[in-house]
Amino acid sequence: MIEFRSVTKQFPDGTVAVREFSLVIPSRRITVLAGSSGSGKTTILRMINRMVDPSSGAIEIDGADISTLEPVRLRRGIGYVMQNSGLLPHRKVVDNIATVPLLRGEKRKDARARALDLMDTVGLDRALADRYPSQLSGGQQQRVGVARGLAVDPNILLMDEPFGAVDPLVRAELQQELLRLQHDLGKTVVFVTHDIDEAFLLGDQVVIFKPGGVVAQIGTPQQILAEPADEFVTRFVGADRGKRALHVRSEGGRDVVLDADGRPAGVLVGAAPTRDEAGAAAAAPGASAQGDRPR
Amino acid sequence: MSWLVGNAGQIWQLTVVHAALSAIPIVIGFALAIPVGWFANRHRASRGTVLAVVGVVYAVPSLPLFIALPSILGTRILDPVNVVVALSLYALAIMVRTASDAFASVDVDVLLSATAVGFSTWRRFWSVELPLAGPVLLSGIRVVSVSTISLLSVGSVIGVTSLGYFFLDGFQRGFALEILVGIVGTVVIAVVFDTVLTIVGRLLLPWARRRAASHRPATPAGADLAGAA
Repeated sequence: MIEFRSVTKQFPDGTVAVREFSLVIPSRRITVLAGSSGSGKTTILRMINRMVDPSSGAIEIDGADISTLEPVRLRRGIGYVMQNSGLLPHRKVVDNIATVPLLRGEKRKDARARALDLMDTVGLDRALADRYPSQLSGGQQQRVGVARGLAVDPNILLMDEPFGAVDPLVRAELQQELLRLQHDLGKTVVFVTHDIDEAFLLGDQVVIFKPGGVVAQIGTPQQILAEPADEFVTRFVGADRGKRALHVRSEGGRDVVLDADGRPAGVLVGAAPTRDEAGAAAAAPGASAQGDRPR
Repeated sequence: MSWLVGNAGQIWQLTVVHAALSAIPIVIGFALAIPVGWFANRHRASRGTVLAVVGVVYAVPSLPLFIALPSILGTRILDPVNVVVALSLYALAIMVRTASDAFASVDVDVLLSATAVGFSTWRRFWSVELPLAGPVLLSGIRVVSVSTISLLSVGSVIGVTSLGYFFLDGFQRGFALEILVGIVGTVVIAVVFDTVLTIVGRLLLPWARRRAASHRPATPAGADLAGAA
């Protein structure tokens, strides 16, 4: 469990990136920090491994105040995956994956053997082990990035817009892979994105930020869709338009779900909708659209 | 021809001396330029000042510097140390700018991610920043190498032995072959040094070559597509 207690971050130039931020990030769940750029979400992520230290407030991991922990050691125990993979261009794929175990002083042979296993885990062909990152596709590079993040079997995995730079088809594939990995491995994942579809697809808990590091709403995707906290959230999640503004029409004895333009998005199955389930049903088309895997 | 045979020993000896006396300043200049260039890049505000200072050093003409150094260093005028120090300063002056550019060429995202996964600053420098600055550093040291080897000849004017001796001696005697030997010898050393640097670069930076190679197939593929369209 990661806990933020009224954390504020003001940079030396006076910009307040995060304001009085409090949040409990539950273990073994995916928490998504969503917001447009400049909302402080990446700053919050970087506070977890002390890339950024808060100006005030406290952050605890499993009850331990991280300001008492040595940053370099702390970072070696937390997986980190970023946009454009952040791989070391001068190291082969297998050595990139083995980076952190080697930093921790593991034997080269053991670290490499484990790196090869991890390539299987993230769905990379072992034949790519001796390539350099620039010789891989964007999607493959991100998989290497995820494998590197998992290499020391950390409890916590920080992901900073990891799928932001790959094309939509590959992104959908990587998102499904992440869900599968999360199902198998049960990591505490903190995931930053500006893509609300991605946030709703991946997040057990979603935090929506307003510009300037202010939290607009915290909840499950269902809660946020069913009861958006304010006008900002409604607009941000697109509940007032497009594929999220769904309504139900009875057609030949079945309830057909239509989008804002009146085009059918699906049929309603099960009982008549309560307020919560309407939210869940509305989330479904977005999810399935993301979930189509062109294999 | 008989001059060549008769003086083969001296030609060889001066070539070796020339190579040794150039190698030392190249290595010293390179080694000193790395921390200075790193600092200039890291602290952007200092970059202008640092580059201006090394620019001034480079602007000092070599002959006066060779002559002035003994009184500054307290060495004798014929001491090869004078020439080595002067050439190290020139090498440093050229190399600092390149080193600063080399560190600036390293992708900040890569450095950020290296920090994020747990590289300490010191370790990040040796295993990430320095190797990634390698290709630009290599291009810099190749320029320094050629420049130092040719500048060393000037040292002969103040009596420090090098292949430059053949220029002076040949010029005074009006003997073209001797001058030619000096020129060819200098060029051969420069080519050998450059080849060695290139080979060392390939061995130390295998990824840079692969990266260049992996970009190459893109063009024919693109051409095919264009042809098909």
